[in-house]
Amino acid sequence: MATLGLIFSNIHDKEIFEVTQNRTIASAPIGGRYRLIDFTLSNMVNNNITNIGVVTKYNYQSLMDHIGSGKEWDLARKNGGLVILPPYGVSSDLYNSRLEALKSILSFIRYAKAEYVVLADCYQVCNIDFKPIFKQHFETKADITCVYRETDINIDDYSPVVMMEVDENKTVVKMDIQKSFVGHANVSTDTWIIKKDLLQSLVTQAIERNQHSFNRDILKENLGNLKICGYRFDGYFGNISSLQSYYKVNMDLLNNCIRNELFYQPGRAIYTRVRDSAPTKYGDYANIKDSLIADGCIIDGTVENSVLFRGVRISQGAVVKNSILMQNTIISEGISVNRVITDKFVSITHTKSIAGKNGELIYIKKDGVL
Amino acid sequence: MLNKKECVAMLLAGGQGSRLYALTNKIAKPAVPFGAKYRIIDFPLSNCINSNIDTVGVLTQYQPLVLNDYIGNGQPWDLDRAFGGVHILPPYQGKLKTDWYRGTANAIYQNVDFIKRYNPEYVIILSGDHIYKMDYGKMLAFHREKKADITIAVIDVPIKEASRFGIMNTKADHEIYEFEEKPKKPKSTNASMGIYIFSSEELYKYLEEDDQDATSSNDFGKNIIPKMLADGKKLYAYPFSGYWKDVGTIDSLWEANMDLLGQEPLFETFDPDWKIYSRNDPFPPQFIASGAFVKNSLITVGCHIEGRVVNSLLSNNVKVGKGALVEDSVIFSNTVIEEGASVRYSIIDEDVIIRKNSIVGTTEPTSDKITVVSSQVTIGEGAHVMPGSILEKDFEG
Repeated sequence: MATLGLIFSNIHDKEIFEVTQNRTIASAPIGGRYRLIDFTLSNMVNNNITNIGVVTKYNYQSLMDHIGSGKEWDLARKNGGLVILPPYGVSSDLYNSRLEALKSILSFIRYAKAEYVVLADCYQVCNIDFKPIFKQHFETKADITCVYRETDINIDDYSPVVMMEVDENKTVVKMDIQKSFVGHANVSTDTWIIKKDLLQSLVTQAIERNQHSFNRDILKENLGNLKICGYRFDGYFGNISSLQSYYKVNMDLLNNCIRNELFYQPGRAIYTRVRDSAPTKYGDYANIKDSLIADGCIIDGTVENSVLFRGVRISQGAVVKNSILMQNTIISEGISVNRVITDKFVSITHTKSIAGKNGELIYIKKDGVL
Repeated sequence: MLNKKECVAMLLAGGQGSRLYALTNKIAKPAVPFGAKYRIIDFPLSNCINSNIDTVGVLTQYQPLVLNDYIGNGQPWDLDRAFGGVHILPPYQGKLKTDWYRGTANAIYQNVDFIKRYNPEYVIILSGDHIYKMDYGKMLAFHREKKADITIAVIDVPIKEASRFGIMNTKADHEIYEFEEKPKKPKSTNASMGIYIFSSEELYKYLEEDDQDATSSNDFGKNIIPKMLADGKKLYAYPFSGYWKDVGTIDSLWEANMDLLGQEPLFETFDPDWKIYSRNDPFPPQFIASGAFVKNSLITVGCHIEGRVVNSLLSNNVKVGKGALVEDSVIFSNTVIEEGASVRYSIIDEDVIIRKNSIVGTTEPTSDKITVVSSQVTIGEGAHVMPGSILEKDFEG
C-alpha cells in the first residue's frame, strides 16, 4: 500500500532554544553522529515509506546540506524519494501552523502516488515501527490514527499540549488542548496516519472556513464525525523542546538499553549522512568512562559521561565531564569542562574551567572561542 | 560533458593473496579490512578520486562477491558518474574465446574495449594490495613532461631489501636503462611500486603483441616492460617518497595496521586534504563504558568497550567485555571478545566469538608470532590458541 510521508522540520519554531537558533529542530545534532530528522526519516524508510516530503520554513540551509538528495536513506529515487518543500507562493506571509503548511503543499499531496499519508515531526528520538500502527488502523477501521504516549509533561515542553482520552476500543473520546500544562497525561506525538483523500478534503474544508489549527480545527472538531483512534507507543521517546531536554536525551543515549532499542532493531537501523571521518584515535593518556564517541576524534584526555561528535580534539590533561561537544570542538591541554554544550567549531583554549553550577547548563555557540 | 577522459585507471584486484591465508578464504585480498574502518582497496580508489581520476576499471577474478558488493556503484568514493565512474570488470565469455585472466597484462588486454570507450590519452595501472597515499596527477604531469611511453613509479628501498623487488636502474634524468626483476646484486634501490602510466597507444600496441606471443606469461613486469626496454622505448621512473607498504603477508598486514598508531604515526589517516573514503555501515558512535581502559588505539562506530584495549585497531561493532584484554591486535567487524579473554599480537577476522577467559596468542608482553583467527570461528571458554597459529575452525581448546 503506497504511503506518502510528510515530515514537518520546524513546526514548533516559536519555541526555539539555543541549539535551534540557527537551524531547524530537524537538523539539530544528536547522539554523536546524528541529526534529529535521521530518526523520523529512518523510521519511515524502514517501514517502506519511500515517498517523503520534508516541509521547511526557514533556517533550512543546514537541513538541506544534511539530507542532500536523500541517498543515505536510499531516498534518491526516480519514483518518489525525498522532496524538500520550502515555502512557496505569492503571499508574503509564511505559514504559521501545521494546517497552513499543509495548505501550501496541497498540490504536492494531490500528485503523490499514495493512498495513505503518515505525518510526523522531528523533535523526537525514537525507533518506531509503523506496521503495528497500520495494523491497528485497519482493525479499528479508523479514519485517522494518532500515535500517543503516556508521560509526564514539563513546563518546557512544546505548547500547546495535545492530550487525549482513549477508550478500550482505541477510540479517542476526548481531546484537550492546553497552552500550558504540567502533569501526567496521554499526549500526542504529532504522528498521524490518514487516508490521502481524507487529508486533502479536511485541509481544503478548513481553508474554506479560514481555520488555522490541525489539532483543534481538524481533529478535535471532528471527534464526533470521524473515527479517530489512538495508538499507544510505549518505547523510548526522547522529546526535545529545550536545552534541558536536549541535554537529557543525549545523556539517555549513554544508557545501553536505550541505545540498543534505538540503534540495533533488526532491519530498522538509523541512517545518517556519512562524512568519511577516520576512526577515532586514543592517545597514551586517554581516560574514558561512559561516553558515546563519534569517529574522527583525537582524544588524549579524560572524558566522562559525555557525548562527542566527529572531529572533537581533547588534549592531554583536559577533563570533559557531563558534556556534549559538537563537531570539531577543541578542548586544549589542562582545561576542564563540566555540564557544557558546545556547538560546532568551538575551541576552548584559555578559559581554565567552565562548569554549569546548580543544575545549570552552559551553552557555547558555534565558532565560539574561549 | 566531455566525451573523453584524459586518464583511465585500471585496478588489478583479482589476486587471491594466498599469503594472507585464512583471511582470504572467502574474499579477495583488496577486500581485506584495514585500519579499523577501511578495506585495502579504499586506498587506491581514494587516491584516484583525490587525483581527479574519475574512471576506474576494477579487474576482479578471485572470490569477487564481497568486493563487488563493497564497491557497488562507487558512490562512497564519489565514483558514481554518468560518464566514467567505477566499473567492475570480471572475466567474461567471448564470441571466439573465453578465458580467465592469465596475468596482469592479459587482464588489461581483455578489457581494452572498456578503456577505448573513454578514448584516454593515458592509462594508469594500479594494484589493490598496497597501503599508500599518492597524487597520481603529479606522476601524470611527470609522464607528460618526459614525453614518456611508460612511467613506472619507484620507491627507494633499503639496499638489503632491494633483491625482493623489481629494480629500475636509471640515468640522472630518471630514464630507465635497465630493469632487473629481484636481482641478487641490486645496482640501485629504485623498487617498482607496480604503478604504471602508459601512453594509451603504446599500451594497446604492446598488449596486442603480447597476446600474439605464445611464450609470454602475459605479465607487465616479466614481459611488457622488458620488451619496451628492448625496443628502445622511453621508460621513465617516477620517484615517490612517502609511506608505501605491501600488505601481502600476515606480518606486513599487521605491521601496516600498527603504523597507523602513535602520536605521530608513520601513516596518517587524519589528513583533511587526502581523505580516505570507505563504505559506511549505519551504526551508532562507539561507546566506552566505565571500567574500560583505552590507550593508543583506533576504534570506530558501533564498538562497545568495557575492557582494556591497548595498541590495537577495532573495526565496527567489536565488543570487548569486562576484564578482557586486547593488545597489539587488529580486530575486524562484529567480533565479540567476552569477559576475561585475552587477545595479543593477533589478527581476528569478522564475526568471531572469543568466549570467556580464553587466551588468543601470546601471554608475553611481546611476540614475533602473529596469531590469526578466520571469520565466523568460535573459540571456547578458557581455550588457549597458541601464538602463531592460524585458526580456521571452531576451537574448544
